[in-house]
Formats: sequence, C-alpha cells, structure tokens
Amino acid sequence: MRQALKPWFLVLQRLGIAFLTLIIVSFAVFFATELLPGDVAEVLLGQAATPEAVAALRESMGLDEPALSRFLGWLVGLAGGDLGTSYVNRMSVAELIGGRLGNSLQLAGIVTLVSVPVALTLGIGAAMWRGSRFDRAVSVLTISVISVPEFMVATLAVLIFAVWLDWLPALSFGVNADGFWAMLRAYAMPVITLSFVVSAQMIRMTRAAVIETINTPYVEMALLKGASRSRMVLRHALPNALGPIANAVALSLSYLVGGVIIVETIFNYPGVAKLMVDAVSTRDLPLIQSCAMIFCVSYLSLITLADMVAILSNPRLR
Amino acid sequence: MTKPRVTVKDLQIGATTDSGRDVEIIKGVSFDIAPGEIIALIGESGSGKTTIALSLMGHTRTGCQIRGGQITLGDHEITGLTERQRAALRGTKVAYVPQSAAAAFNPSKRIMDQVIEITAIHTLMSRDAAEKKAVELFRALALPDPDDIGARYPHQVSGGQLQRLSAAMALIGDPELVIFDEPTTALDVTTQIEVLRAFKSVMQQSGISGVYVSHDLAVVAQVADRILVLKGGEVQEEGTTEQILEAPTHPYTRELLAAFDPVKHEAKPADPSRHDQTPILEVSHLHAGYGDIVKGEPTVKILKDINFKLPRGRNLGVIGESGSGKSTLARAIAGILPPYQGDVLVDGHEMRPGLKARSKEELRRAQIVFQLADTALNPSHSIGAILGRPLGFYHGLKGRAREKRVIELLDMVHLPANIRHRLPGELSGGQKQRVNFARALAAEPELILCDEITSALDTVVAAAIIDLLKELQSELDLSYMFISHDLSTVEAICDEVLVMYKGEVVEALPAAEMSARAEHPYSRLLISSIPQLDTGWLASLERDPKLVEQFAMR
Repeated sequence: MRQALKPWFLVLQRLGIAFLTLIIVSFAVFFATELLPGDVAEVLLGQAATPEAVAALRESMGLDEPALSRFLGWLVGLAGGDLGTSYVNRMSVAELIGGRLGNSLQLAGIVTLVSVPVALTLGIGAAMWRGSRFDRAVSVLTISVISVPEFMVATLAVLIFAVWLDWLPALSFGVNADGFWAMLRAYAMPVITLSFVVSAQMIRMTRAAVIETINTPYVEMALLKGASRSRMVLRHALPNALGPIANAVALSLSYLVGGVIIVETIFNYPGVAKLMVDAVSTRDLPLIQSCAMIFCVSYLSLITLADMVAILSNPRLR
Repeated sequence: MTKPRVTVKDLQIGATTDSGRDVEIIKGVSFDIAPGEIIALIGESGSGKTTIALSLMGHTRTGCQIRGGQITLGDHEITGLTERQRAALRGTKVAYVPQSAAAAFNPSKRIMDQVIEITAIHTLMSRDAAEKKAVELFRALALPDPDDIGARYPHQVSGGQLQRLSAAMALIGDPELVIFDEPTTALDVTTQIEVLRAFKSVMQQSGISGVYVSHDLAVVAQVADRILVLKGGEVQEEGTTEQILEAPTHPYTRELLAAFDPVKHEAKPADPSRHDQTPILEVSHLHAGYGDIVKGEPTVKILKDINFKLPRGRNLGVIGESGSGKSTLARAIAGILPPYQGDVLVDGHEMRPGLKARSKEELRRAQIVFQLADTALNPSHSIGAILGRPLGFYHGLKGRAREKRVIELLDMVHLPANIRHRLPGELSGGQKQRVNFARALAAEPELILCDEITSALDTVVAAAIIDLLKELQSELDLSYMFISHDLSTVEAICDEVLVMYKGEVVEALPAAEMSARAEHPYSRLLISSIPQLDTGWLASLERDPKLVEQFAMR
C-alpha cells in the first residue's frame, strides 16, 4: 500500500515546491517592478505638474506607504482573487486582463494543437530514421528556424502571404472574423509563425531523447528479438523517453504565454503580452505585476505538469 | 557426420572509425556447430567474440559491416538476406541471451510482456498459449514463484533471476540456436552456479545448439562441448573442451590457462630487524552507512562492527559478493564516507573520520585506487598532469623536478616516459590501470587500498598487474588492502583474507588455506562456488540446499 502511494506523494511534493516557488516569484516580481524608473503620479499628471500635486496624488493612491506593507496587501489581494486596480484608468485589473487572457490562451491553445503533434511526429521520425535524408532535412529546417528570430519569420510571413500573394489578412484583429473560414484566415499567420518557433526546439529535444533511448541495450535486445524498426522505437524507446519529451514540450509551450510579445505586436493581436507592453509604458504597476504573475503561473504549471508526467511514467517510482 | 546446423566460412567483419579509417575486426573466421552442440567463443576484450556471435543473427553494431564470407543457419544463408528477412529469423531460428539482463530488459514494461514479445512479433501463438509456455520455462529455469513473476517490473527481481528470465525470453520461440553473450559475467559466483545449472539443463533437454561467449575458461568448461580460442579477430585454437584444457597447443591458450592458475603468494617472513610492531592499519568497531543522519546514525547502515589489524608489509584481502560492503569499507577507511562509530588507526595514529578533517600528512599515508580507471582518470587531462597533481599537492614539486618524478613513477609501473603527453583515452585498459596505480604511488603512501583494481581487466592483463603490485611492494615497503570478488586474485597477493557478508566480517582466514580452514557456512559456500578448470566441476558440485537458500537465493 505504501509502495502504491509513493508516486502520489512525489507528485504532492512537487506541487508543494511549485507553490513555494510561486511565493518567491511574487516577491521578486513585486520588488523588481518597484525598481522601474519613473513614477506613475508624474506620468499621469504630465510635465506641468507641481510637486505638491504629485505628492497629493501619491498619497491618495497609497504610494507613500512602505513597500513591504504594500507587497503584503497585494499578496493577500492576489490570494483572494483581487488583482488590484489599474493606476492609469481606474479599471479593475482583473477586468482589463480578462478578455486579453482569453485571447492569448486561445492563440496558445491553437498553436499547441498544431505544433505538438507535428513536432513529436517529426522528432520521433527523425530519430527512427537517423542519418537518412528525412532526418537531415528536419535537422537543417529546425536549425534554421531556431537561428532566425521570430520577428523575421513574422515579417517575412506578412510580406509573402499578405503583401505579395494577398492570401491572408496582415492583421488578425479587427478583420471580419465571422464564420469558420474567416477565422481560419485570421489566425493562420500568428499560428504559423508561433508554431515554427516553438516546434523547432521540441523537434530537436524529442529527437535527442528518443535517440538516447535507442542506444540502450534493451532496444538492441528488441532488435535481436526480430522487432521492426517502428516497434523498437514506438514500443521500447518512446515510453522511456516520455519524461524528457514532456519537459521539452512544457518548456517550449511556456514560451507561448509570455514570449509572444513580438508576434502579438506585429500582427496586432490583443493578447496579454501586448497589454503588458502598454502597461510598462504607462508605469501601471498593478497591471504589470498581474501580467508577470500570470506568465509565472502558466510557466510553473507547465513545468510541474511535465514533472508529474515524468514521475508517473516511470514504473520504478510506481 | 550429420549436416551442421550452423556453418561459418571465412567470415570477415570490418568497421569504419569516426576518423574514416578502416579497421578489420574479424579476419577470416570459420567454424561449424552441430545440432545440440554448445560451442564456446573465448578470448579477451577486443578479440571479436561478441562481434562474431552477433553476426550469427545477421546483426552488426553501428559502424561495422560484414565484408566477406558466409554464415549459414539451417537452410538460410544469413549473409545473403535482407534486413527484413533477417528480422524474421531473429527470435524464431536464432535467439540471444544478453550479457547484462538488467540492462537488456526495458525498465518501463512488465517482464511477461517482454518475455513473450517474440511470439507477438512473429505471430507464433496466442497470448494465452505464450504466457502458459513462459510459465513452464520459468519453472524449468528454477525461478521462484513462476506463476506470478511475469507480472513484475524488471527492477523488482534480482540480477540472477533476470538473467534466467532472459533465457526464457530467448527460448520462447523454440530457436535452433541460442547465443549466450557472457550471461553470467555480471553475477556473483554464488548466484552464477544456479544460473549455469538452469541454462545447462534446459539446453540439454531441448537439443538446441548454443554459442557461449565468455572470457572465463572455468565457466566455459562447465557448459561447452567445444572451444574456439580467439585473439585479434582470428581463431588461435579450436578443439573439444577437454583438449583445450588438458593439451593446449597454441601458446596463447597456454597463457590464458596459466593466468588462471596463479602463483600462490608467499608471505614474507617477519623482519626481525624491525622493532615497531604497530600494525600499519588497525580498524576497531567500525560502523558506517549512507543516508540522513538521525540521532548520530545514518538511516542506511552498511558496515557493522568491523575489527581487524593489518601488520606492516603484509596484505589483507577482502572478499564477498556485491553488496557485502567491501567497497564501503575502503571508502570508510579512506575517509570518503566518514564512519559514524569506531576508529581507524594508521600506524597507531588515529585518523579523523572525515576527509576534510584529515591533515595532508594523514591523507598521504593511505591512498585509494578505484576499480575503473576509465572513470577515475580525467579524460581531458594528460597523464603527466594526472600524476603531477598529487606531486604538487603532497610534496610541493614544481617544474622540472615534478616532470622528473612523473617519469620515475611511470617507470615504476613499467610504462614508457613519453606516455605522459597522452590522454587516458589513448591508452589500453591495462595501461590506464597502471597510471591509476601510479597516481596513488605519487603520494608515497605506506598503505594502498585497492578496490577491485583487476576486476575490469582481462585475465592475462590482470595477472601482470598483480605481478607489478608484488614487485612494488618489496621495493617500496607497501602494505595493501586488496578488495576483490575474485578469490584466485586474492590468493595470489594476500596473506590474510576477510570474508564479508551483509556489512559484517564473518570470518578471517589465512589466504593460502582458505578452502581448508573456512568454517563459517557463508565462506564455505562462497569458496566452493568458484568455478574450477574441470569439466565435471559443476555436475559434481554438491551444495547444501539450506545454505544456498540462506545465502545465495537472490
């Protein structure tokens, strides 16, 4: 009985670590944003503001309290689901983020659905036929995608598909998105660009993890039992490569939530990343902090999920 | 004469190295195997024995190709088949028992699924029928709990059991030929006997032909009908087992046999001119273990109350099977694993338990040499740098003086001076072990702890290392603590032997009369389990089943 509970204990332990990390991260986020140069009161009142007016505004916004007490207040608010109020337009941060987060998650979800199956198939295929033309083609492709920054990919995509060929709209937002076909057209370019960027790393990591297990004696044993190549890879190598593959996928996907600033900006896509960029330019601390926390939470949950997959796929821990 | 089941004619296998150089691995090997016959391929590492064995399955490891010759198995000419046709033969006509079953079983799949996989790949029978057959094989191979052992994962059974399970995996498809690739090398001697017996009885009953790859002549003598002695990819000598053991004609075969029969160590007579009777090493009530320390004791206790004395100029052997705590004892004495109770005295001087607490002088006096020179030598440092470091650390030698001493040390271990510019990867296994030993000598120690230093070497190379150790002992007034699972090596160099079992010393014996004087049941079992160069040894060996159950059923 104790043996059967062991992996669940490990999973619980892993969740505990994730929670602890989150607390530490929230501390770092809060004080890092405190260090941002400039002051929201000055930004709001403009250049002509008198020092007295700035001081009064600061006091009314509670900015003159010590940083630590503001941090604790913020943390308590976060725990209760209150993300605070925007300094700039006095709207609730939760409301500001709400719609944007939905947009971002929708984009991330579609990219995940497209890129993960493609990346795993290509990575496993490349490992299965290592050294073949297919493998070399995949390697060249992934390396070139990794080496080209995504704004290049995005700009080129706009140039080719929107300007020269005129197949797709250059902007995803604001175009008429009624009907399946129109939506597909609207999402096509951001999805393609992001899929390119996140798949490349996944393909390489998957290939490496599978090749590592192909070189083990038990896969050679499968060969000596007369197993076909696909049986060797899919039945013997792959189950043992699940842990590293899950980690590679999680790392790549975590990029989707936080790292899409450039893509969202180029395609004018109203996601959280774009919201955060706008918040930085207005020194809207509650908004910045909440966005940062959202990125951290999604990153942490992906990594934790991958670790749990690794724990549960290992019979030695079962 | 009946038609042979396997014919190998002028087999040539070559490899292309990473640098594009062509190497011949097998240079024209020919032999036949009759139905029901077991033939042994014997030779040191690099002799090509495994390469030949794998080629019988139409398989070569990455980089190697069959370049010439013919392999015929029954009606199939393996050398002329496509990969797909060869795959169809694997498991059904020819099957494989790997060297390390622990590595050859997929850790993430249940044992039964792997044992009957051959029947699924080649669609030989229904799953129920296959499982039934597997259980019969488990029973025939004397595995415990044959009905349920298949439901376990590989990490849940012992090494000896896994090795027998891998034989079941090979036999499930009723092959005509089974290849055993050093199947007992990774096992303890007490376990090895059960496995050898199980293999032998199954093979005799089924009339399957076998190829038995090994470096151990004594093991081969128990199972093989004929022996092929290989060296450098060529057959040196071929003959029946009796012929090879009793009337070897080739000098290399004689060398192999000689390495097996070591010159017994003669204890040096006590030096009367010496007045200091303080033992060089004294260990009393030593306890050590791993894991978190709770109330001053580690959670996993390994060594329990170890006591012994090693007089200066004498050698102490420590024997026992894997997991008995031999290496832990060396680590505890060296201070790598600080003991939590008990004392270690070197030349009457009490050593502090931890490595960090010991002074340079204390460290210098007792040096440790590890089993695997491959991992003990930094692969990116030159031999000169490896030997130079302790010279600088202990003796403050620099520049030309250091280089001079490095050359002296290399000379002591019979290596040429110019080897100091090379990297460990460019040396042979025996050369690396010599460098590993020279590094311990650099400190000018009085006591050297040798942890299985000959276990990874071929018999001929290992015998040369033992000779070197003896020679250096008389020159440099050293004392050795020699840890090994190989009793003949221990006999060759030690004066006294400690037998360890589960972290305790069960008996201390004079090395020369180990078998005659052993009283503790475990020492008797261990000593009687050492294979002898005698074809009838396994059959005539009688073991008390109670003893075996008590100490060897793992």
